[in-house]
Amino acid sequence: MLRDITIGQYYNTKSSLHSLDPRCKLIGLVVMMALIFVAQSVIEYAFVTLLTIALAILSRVPMAYILKGMKPVWLIVAFTAVINIFMGGGETVVFTWWAFTVTKEALYLALSMMLRVVLLVTVSTLLTLTTSPTVLTSGLEKLLKPLEKVKFPSHEVAMMMSIALRFIPTLGEEAEKIMKAQAARGNDIESGGFMKKISGMIPLFVPLFISAFRRADELAMAMECRCYAGGCNRTAFRKLEYKKSDAVAFVLMGTAVLLVVIYRTVGFLI
Amino acid sequence: MIKCENVTFVYENEEDEGKKVLDNVNLNIEKGSFVAVLGRNGSGKSTLAKHFNAVLIPTEGNVFVNGVSTKEEKKLFDIRRSVGMVFQNPDNQIVATTVEEDVAFGLENLGVPYDEMHKRVEAALKSVGMYEQRKMQPHLLSGGQKQRVAIAGVIAMQPECIVFDEPTAMLDPKGRKEVMETIKTLNGEMGITVVLITHFMEEAAKADRVVVMDKGQIVMDDAPGKVFSHVEKITALGLDVPQVTRVVNLLKKKGIDIKGEMLRTKECADAIDMLLKERQN
Repeated sequence: MLRDITIGQYYNTKSSLHSLDPRCKLIGLVVMMALIFVAQSVIEYAFVTLLTIALAILSRVPMAYILKGMKPVWLIVAFTAVINIFMGGGETVVFTWWAFTVTKEALYLALSMMLRVVLLVTVSTLLTLTTSPTVLTSGLEKLLKPLEKVKFPSHEVAMMMSIALRFIPTLGEEAEKIMKAQAARGNDIESGGFMKKISGMIPLFVPLFISAFRRADELAMAMECRCYAGGCNRTAFRKLEYKKSDAVAFVLMGTAVLLVVIYRTVGFLI
Repeated sequence: MIKCENVTFVYENEEDEGKKVLDNVNLNIEKGSFVAVLGRNGSGKSTLAKHFNAVLIPTEGNVFVNGVSTKEEKKLFDIRRSVGMVFQNPDNQIVATTVEEDVAFGLENLGVPYDEMHKRVEAALKSVGMYEQRKMQPHLLSGGQKQRVAIAGVIAMQPECIVFDEPTAMLDPKGRKEVMETIKTLNGEMGITVVLITHFMEEAAKADRVVVMDKGQIVMDDAPGKVFSHVEKITALGLDVPQVTRVVNLLKKKGIDIKGEMLRTKECADAIDMLLKERQN
């Protein structure tokens, strides 16, 4: 039930992708996203698709599991595809039906849009599948550290994220308890129309929020008692160190970017 | 270790403003001792505990930790490092997403170097018997285990004193036993001063000294055996005496001569056994 929620659905197969430094993977995600957005020609699309498939194979997470994580995205994918097919414009008419005209260009656009969304989601899912949330948070903190110079609270953001991760199961458990208590007193959130369901949720959310504030208050006091004073002069329990494999990953990323750049320039020259 | 001088405390911005939650409290907690603070709800025992590491600052009077007044803001971290605190709700004091990272939290705040931090975390987890579970997520632990993790987090900071604010109130009997055993080891083997706020008489009986509070004042302060021998007074304060003490007291009332001040079930059973044998002869 609710307590089983695992944010990011970390799936440990101890693959080489899992053992990479989180900072390396985060940068890798940004690079992959950029490549996916930049892609235009069939060859470029083929290239990023192959890269994504290679990463998925490297992670050793079962394909079915990766695809399962994409379930909620399919609707959006289908929607963008349909919109693009009929609204795409273009010259080369494939067929006309009633008020709709489908062109070759629109079909290509729809297909590439679909591919883009699927690839983007796959790549980001791969990041969360191969990196535990805590490691990801500390990686993010380290990456954002330089931004502290422009007063960006990188430590505070990371601390908030990790506390949120810590309390999701606890609050989930509590929500379940409240739900049962309310159900025992005849509150029904399962049936009825949309509005009825929403109003049925109020007796769940009000106590949940009150208790969350109380928890926050107590937690803050407990943290102060353990000498917490924000990010300054703090040392870290978890050390992040780039290893050889990270260097390899960076070189591979660079190569991929370079390939695309070369392809573009050559294509431009021809 | 901790010294309270004429401490009076009044909560601000509350409905019953001006009510003295603590009223002229004088208390001296010796280094290495195990002091239990008893009292019914609203007696001010938790409020008093929060004065020991400067979570609350007295409205009047002073609290000194190792001679330093808790009013000195610059010394706040020194005070909190030497007096740790464990709270009632184990869920609301665990900060990190794994056991070992939570134990490390205080050390990270103090800026302890990497190698020493790992050593201290390991030692602290071993001393509460949670080393095996160090990689686990806190929400998968039992209440007693969570509370032991919280204790380890305080031990790792190497405090001289730990204040426990009703640490077993939300636990099942098994968890309660685990936590009490851990507290006993802390005091007995590691020499840490323990202040235990509780409303379980059986727990208070394990201390060297029992302080009973009522309406913000200290009304009794003595060895547990002596305190519990005043059965009527304790009952009048809305508290219970340990079962054993009650049995002994009832026997005494019936005119049966049994040595007083017994706190352990076994002691009492043996004494009664002896008496019965004497009568048979």
